[in-house]
Amino acid sequence: MLENLIEAVYLLAIVLFIFSLANLSKQENAKRGNTFGIIGMVLTITATFLLIFSRPNIEDYWIFMVTSLLVAAVIGQRVASRVEMTAMPELIAILHSFVGLAAVLIGFGTFIENTPLSGAEKIIHEVEIYLGVFIGAITFSGSVVAFGKLRTILSSKPLILPMKHLLNIAMVASVIILGAFFLNSSHSLAIVFLIIMTIIALLFGVHLVASIGGADMPVVISMLNSYSGWAAAATGFLLSNTVLIVVGALVGSSGAILSYIMCKAMNRSFISVILGGFGTVSTQSSSVSGEYKPTTPAEAAVLLKDSKSVIIVPGYGMAVAQAQYPIYEMTKKLQDLGIEVRFGIHPVAGRLPGHMNVLLAEAKVPYDIVLEMDEINDDFKSTDVVLVIGANDTVNPAAEEDPNSPIAGMPVMQAWEAKHVLAFKRGTATGYAGVENPLFFKENTQMIFGDAKKSVDEILKSM
Amino acid sequence: MKIGVVKEIQKNESRVAITPKNVEQLAKIGFATDIETQAGLASGFSDDDYIKSGAKIVNKESAWLNDLVVKVLPPSLEETSLLKEGAALISLMSPHKNAEILQALANKRVDVMSMDCVPRISRAQKLDVLSSMANIAGYRAVIEAASEFSGFFGGQITAAGKINPAKVLVIGAGVAGLAAIGAAKSLGAIVRSFDTRLEVKEQIESMGAEFLVLNFNESGGSSDGYAKTMSPEFIEKEMELFAKQSKEVDIIITTALIPGKPAPKLITDEMIKTMKPGSIIIDMAAEQGGNCDNTVPGELIEKYGVKIIGYTDFASRMATQSSQLYGTNIFHLISELCKNQDNNWFKDNNWFINIEDEMIRGLTTVKDGKVIWPAPPIKISQTDIKASTAKPKEKIVQKKPSPLWKVFGILSFTLLLSIIGLYAPRLLPQFTLFTLACIIGFYVIWNVTPALHTPLMSVTNAISGIMLVGALVLMNSPNIITIILALIAIFIAAINIFGGFLVTHRMLDMFQKKDK
Repeated sequence: MLENLIEAVYLLAIVLFIFSLANLSKQENAKRGNTFGIIGMVLTITATFLLIFSRPNIEDYWIFMVTSLLVAAVIGQRVASRVEMTAMPELIAILHSFVGLAAVLIGFGTFIENTPLSGAEKIIHEVEIYLGVFIGAITFSGSVVAFGKLRTILSSKPLILPMKHLLNIAMVASVIILGAFFLNSSHSLAIVFLIIMTIIALLFGVHLVASIGGADMPVVISMLNSYSGWAAAATGFLLSNTVLIVVGALVGSSGAILSYIMCKAMNRSFISVILGGFGTVSTQSSSVSGEYKPTTPAEAAVLLKDSKSVIIVPGYGMAVAQAQYPIYEMTKKLQDLGIEVRFGIHPVAGRLPGHMNVLLAEAKVPYDIVLEMDEINDDFKSTDVVLVIGANDTVNPAAEEDPNSPIAGMPVMQAWEAKHVLAFKRGTATGYAGVENPLFFKENTQMIFGDAKKSVDEILKSM
Repeated sequence: MKIGVVKEIQKNESRVAITPKNVEQLAKIGFATDIETQAGLASGFSDDDYIKSGAKIVNKESAWLNDLVVKVLPPSLEETSLLKEGAALISLMSPHKNAEILQALANKRVDVMSMDCVPRISRAQKLDVLSSMANIAGYRAVIEAASEFSGFFGGQITAAGKINPAKVLVIGAGVAGLAAIGAAKSLGAIVRSFDTRLEVKEQIESMGAEFLVLNFNESGGSSDGYAKTMSPEFIEKEMELFAKQSKEVDIIITTALIPGKPAPKLITDEMIKTMKPGSIIIDMAAEQGGNCDNTVPGELIEKYGVKIIGYTDFASRMATQSSQLYGTNIFHLISELCKNQDNNWFKDNNWFINIEDEMIRGLTTVKDGKVIWPAPPIKISQTDIKASTAKPKEKIVQKKPSPLWKVFGILSFTLLLSIIGLYAPRLLPQFTLFTLACIIGFYVIWNVTPALHTPLMSVTNAISGIMLVGALVLMNSPNIITIILALIAIFIAAINIFGGFLVTHRMLDMFQKKDK
């Protein structure tokens, strides 16, 4: 009776979780989406509490359970309220690793519990444990490495081991072989195989993420997002828990779609992202030469005031320089002069899908003037001034014009179509992809060298 | 080094070759400037202005005696005698009209650089006087038209009724034509434009004018970027179009020129007859004979109630502005003369006419006592550039997953289902649920706006904290190790839940609409 009631509550929670994601479709409803998620979560947890308190063996430990919940709540609250928006990728990476670790722990916990089963049931149960631990371990160690790379504790350069593909294949093969041993051993021996497999899976996760270059970070994070979902789903199968299966599937497909979008935005195939670093491609593109045409913030201010429409194309460099705040001040001034100002965001701008939008939102830039690449790319032609701030590869015309360029075919913001381009740049270095950018040498491009925040501040002053 | 700037002697020429601002620029690269007294007066620069910016005011003879002399129009024969042997001269030479003067200069071993012979290559754009003057002329032509036209350019709705905007036809969309389109458009007129070169369509439209199309397949572009003569059939069609347009429009501005040939006659006496009284024709090709049958170069005449303006001095009518641009073009040329091919400055402020440089070769008309005009052509134009950039565009395609992957996917899914069906039927309901959830996830997530992808990730972080449920049910286990593992899992999953939802809430709070 109680179990049926709980299943019904679970179903309600599933519906709420689906609505939670569906409401993120528009900024207007997004907060409602979050609330649905919270309600769903409260319902599920309450129902589960009812379930476990109706069962034996809970009396001795419930106090520990509640305490760890409370401590976790305090930690979660602290982290969530203090994290810098530029550090969102790190937070998300570490939360992925928690899901992976939980999957490993639950897998081991279930195995140690040693439910008496036999025949096919036993094999299914053990395969489920094995798979859950495997996916969980990869997610965990991969996310930890991703976190380290984002925090620059670890080098963001791709790690290139000799025969790395062979190494990957060997690890997967040994996991399969160990699986066969695991299924055919006694319980006390099987756990040894499970532990060995876990260690291999952890190494596999480390190697997988370590060999991916810094430019591919958005793909890595989305991929780990997806893995954390599959880990949850695997745990759901193991415990025959419907909410876990559905939530895992939702999260898994969400991460998969984000990975797909990111790969498409860089014109890279998912497989090639997983298999190797971006920086490893030998650059044979036709060399770009020309003269930079530097200009001063004062002249830029005059140009901006004389324009009718302005598009700002920010890149991660803007966030690093913390230039978004003066940029929004400038935007407001220009809007007061009756000038149309909009922002154009490339899907891989920033280190996380949608990262740039959050950074702009934090600076109070209204979201209705922040447009996606596909929405704004045709408007560059009719735009007077484009400000390229801390972006490089995402505005590189070589992607469309030079078939030998390493980024050939990557969809880019067609900033060069505008009448004037003002490019803010720290120095003359190339972007993440290490490709020269002919945009900076174009007729209609003027450069403002130096710290983006200072330059924008000076433009503001001259206005 | 010293530069002499001489006063223009021709009537109707108000420009001066160097302005006070250019004097300062030249001083920075090591040139002192001698200005003939009152040289800048007609363009609004007094001798005092020049002195303030560091120039020296000298008499006519000393100005001409410098090693480098700059002026606007070509010198008269008389003036050439003022130059010293072996000097250099920069001016608008119009070499095709002034062979005699060029020869006289060659005899004196004067090196001549002609600002109207700057080749049309992108590196030379900063010296391109023809473009900067044509730009001014196009603008001025519209202003002249507007002052003669006794109506509004822009439409208005007044208490006394509605006023229609003027209709302007611009023939020839070179630099002057485009400037005229821009100026007429800014005054509020309806602007149409025609050009035999189909490649300028985009430029015309980007200025806000309508591009008039002939149903005829022939383009008048040539490899040097200028127009060429068209076939008789084409011209016939074209004339039909002009005849039709002249009945409708209020103002016609013609800028059609074919290099080295008299200007094509485009507006006939017949067409003028059909124009509305009070209409204006500005013939900017008057100097080359005019695009209109009745044009008198340099004059404003009236025929059939239509004013036909054939001024040849539009740029000079805005002498301050055009001197400024001309002077800046000259400054760029002089600084080019002071650099070697690697763009490094010569020592000791030296300068040198480097004939090996195709840009300098193009504009040098007399060198070492020989007339070396015309220069061999440099072939480059927009059509070529377009062709070379357009091709790779077709080649670069987005990588697409091969269909083999799809087949592979479908096969392995079928295989997986059959294994589950055969060996683990207990899993079927769960697997159904899983598959359906994936499909729902697919559709739901594609609807999420890319702007919210970061909150999406953090909310999925939060809901994957549902792992908590899995850990909670393990708390019923009799095994102490299981309980310990479950407690750790509870702890970290709970951090996910609280942290994920709170940070999502914080982010979504930041997203705000305008005016809130």
